Amino acid sequence: MSTTVLAFALRRTGATLLLLLALSLLVFGLLYLAPGDIARNLLGTRNVTPEALAQVRALYHLDEPFLQQYWRWLSRAAAGDFGTSIRTGGAIGPMMLDRTGVTAATAGLAFLLSVLAGVPAGIASAVRRGRWPDRLLAGLSVVGVSAPGFAVGLLALYVFALGLGWFPLYGTGTGFLDGLWHLVLPAAALALGLGAFVVKLTRAAVIRELDQDYVTFARGRGLSDGTVLRVVLRNAAIPIVTSLGLMVAYLFGGTVLIEVTFALPGLGSLMEESVLFKDIPVVQALTLVVAAVVSAAALLVDLSYLLIDPRVRARTARR
Amino acid sequence: MTTPLLAVRDLRVAAEPGTIVAGLDLTVAPGETVAIVGESGSGKSMTVKALAGLLPDGVRASGRLEIGGTRLDLGGPRSSWRGVRGSGMALLPQDPFTSLSPVHRIGQQIGWAVTARRRTGRVAALLAEVGLPADVAGKYPFQLSGGMRQRAAIAAALAADPGLLIADEPTTALDVTTQHEVLELIADLQRGRGMGLILITHDLRLAHSRADRIMVMYAGRLVEEGATADVLRAPAHPYTARLAACDPPLTRRLPVLATIPGSVPQPFSVGAACAFAARCEFAVEACRTAEPALTEVSAGHRTACVRPETAARPDEHEHHADEEAAPPPEATPLLTVEGLAKRYHGAAAPALAGVDLELLAGESVAVVGESGSGKTTLARCVAGLERPDTGRVVFHGSAAGPRRLQMVFQDPYSALNPGLSVGTSLAEALAAAGRPRSEVSELLELVGLPAAYARRRPKALSGGERQRVAIARALAPRAGLLVCDEPVSALDVSVQAQVLNLLADLRRELGLTLLFITHDLAVARQIADRIYVMRHGRVVEAGPVTSVLDSPAHEYTRRLLASIPAAH
Repeated sequence: MSTTVLAFALRRTGATLLLLLALSLLVFGLLYLAPGDIARNLLGTRNVTPEALAQVRALYHLDEPFLQQYWRWLSRAAAGDFGTSIRTGGAIGPMMLDRTGVTAATAGLAFLLSVLAGVPAGIASAVRRGRWPDRLLAGLSVVGVSAPGFAVGLLALYVFALGLGWFPLYGTGTGFLDGLWHLVLPAAALALGLGAFVVKLTRAAVIRELDQDYVTFARGRGLSDGTVLRVVLRNAAIPIVTSLGLMVAYLFGGTVLIEVTFALPGLGSLMEESVLFKDIPVVQALTLVVAAVVSAAALLVDLSYLLIDPRVRARTARR
Repeated sequence: MTTPLLAVRDLRVAAEPGTIVAGLDLTVAPGETVAIVGESGSGKSMTVKALAGLLPDGVRASGRLEIGGTRLDLGGPRSSWRGVRGSGMALLPQDPFTSLSPVHRIGQQIGWAVTARRRTGRVAALLAEVGLPADVAGKYPFQLSGGMRQRAAIAAALAADPGLLIADEPTTALDVTTQHEVLELIADLQRGRGMGLILITHDLRLAHSRADRIMVMYAGRLVEEGATADVLRAPAHPYTARLAACDPPLTRRLPVLATIPGSVPQPFSVGAACAFAARCEFAVEACRTAEPALTEVSAGHRTACVRPETAARPDEHEHHADEEAAPPPEATPLLTVEGLAKRYHGAAAPALAGVDLELLAGESVAVVGESGSGKTTLARCVAGLERPDTGRVVFHGSAAGPRRLQMVFQDPYSALNPGLSVGTSLAEALAAAGRPRSEVSELLELVGLPAAYARRRPKALSGGERQRVAIARALAPRAGLLVCDEPVSALDVSVQAQVLNLLADLRRELGLTLLFITHDLAVARQIADRIYVMRHGRVVEAGPVTSVLDSPAHEYTRRLLASIPAAH
């Protein structure tokens, strides 16, 4: 049994690597899909002289065939060398590494906040289906899902930072606690939409389970409400975990706007600056990294099925 | 009678559109079995849900319940059932495939009702009591067969030692041999524990073989109650009599099955009248102006009919009309199946392991077997919906394409496209055979539906009407062979009889050949000339219906026959 599970894990990991390979080809192709001459694009806003163009062509080996260029880029990227930024001229790898901390902290905090608040709220809402707490939460989560993160961020800045002065206006602060304090507002703004989404999907998953026969049977044979809820949650965990994996992709989209709004020097704001500056090598590197993180999350979700769902475990073992 | 275990007075259930169950009194003594019998729409399921305090949102109950010294108001808050469910009563649901949590081990699920200290020993004892090996405790529901799951569910229901078990169609989802075993198990447990049992069923025959008393419900009202023998020997309500007559007999073939015309009305649409009056051949003015009260016809036997003397069984005159109604089949073979084998991907055993079958033109052949016997796979291979691994399906004769063969499926609720009107569905099938839309009304007439039904959507039709539409659709390309996969098993008994009669009529009129898949030997007896009995992907016995069912040669066929509840 355990060997088949291991084989499954290896197969899924292999599939994820293949997917990433395909994605990297697309990402590298971006360079060629962008309108205009590649060498000119790579020059960015620098002066376009024949010498500069020739230098860029030589530096990026633009005269070589496409696949050879791709291979050169990929093998270096795999080692952490993503080339140099057009905008700053610095190495992209260390530049991204510098900025990862802020983004990871903001996104992680937001993820934690939305799950810790959203899952219990969704459960409470499902259990009181149709009554006023459920309606209230449903209304609030519609607002949460539809309010754009940056707008909520601006509002929060205005009220809590500018008006009440409870939180700092911008920056990352120094030290752990100060840093955390600086990240509360951005994380909360990011968590609002996410949390509302978690409420909605938790509520739907729990309600679907509450309507199952096994719940009627559990009640019908006298099990306490607490026991019944535990059984329901164990079953509802399967769709909830799946969706939490999908949320990782959403988080990265959200951080771009939030980091810009709160002037946080993270990967999101790096992405924004690089896109505005047409700093294609940085955009490529960032896209590849995000794709890797999202794929890894999907892989983790797949593997977690083995833990939560014995039916999947059995099906895997049978193959 | 001793002091009752359960006494219910004036149970009523109502929802938004109106009354669902109107005023029911019910008592159960320790060790007694009371069967509540009714077709879909009779309100029997809502009755038990009300008893257990498990009505869905938006449905309210009223009335008083007394069980083991505890009194409670049926309209009270859900918390008033605390302490009643579990040790007082336990509800056993119908479908063992959905009644257990799929991600918890059986032992855990049984153990939830037991305090942690005694858990392991108690779970083992309960498993032994329902005849399951101890290692089942460590298994998940999906690793067990239907019968084992239902045994596990029974063990879970008994974990808190209820005085009363309420079983809602406990064997409907099971195979006939398994049904028999589970019913025997419940009877044994009942004897051993002195437990009362409320058995909810649509099957009069099953009620007859298991219950001490029977209550018959129709459109939310109790129409008859009494000792089992009284109710079935001398039914005092015409509905009970007709319902019993609709049940096809296993031992002989009727040229025409008794049916009940029309369909069950919504309980809240009846008003001050007998709910059955519209379908009753004996109805008089008094039946339509006031709701008949329950009156006693003999000791303990009560009926809600103003003319109980008329209800006697419909006489047998129609039975000897013409014994051999079907035309003698021509000797030319229409279809030959040779050495068909099929194994589904990842399955441990093959679905089909070498099946030979022959169909003569104009013949009706039944394939019977339990779940996993391969009968449905056989039908799908014949229809070209599955590709066999080895073996051949050979059609003789000239017809090709849709003209050759059509299929009728089990579930009329999912077999029709809910987004299309009946007329459009039929017109599509007609167009596939190059026939004009104008023939839709002709098709509807053929299956006994008014032409106006063409405008309706499947949602507005009853189960029986939908199955008629599905049959009409199969007839649209003028197919010579109909492959019917359990076409009546999802229908109520009275509707089942209508559909079987329709198929027999169509066969006579159009000279159809039928390949009829069923698990029900009594149905096979009514519809088929020849019968194939399948088990584990093989044909174990084949021959004319009369010889196979009257003098079965194979041990398995004998076991199938012995499992059927005794005929009344």
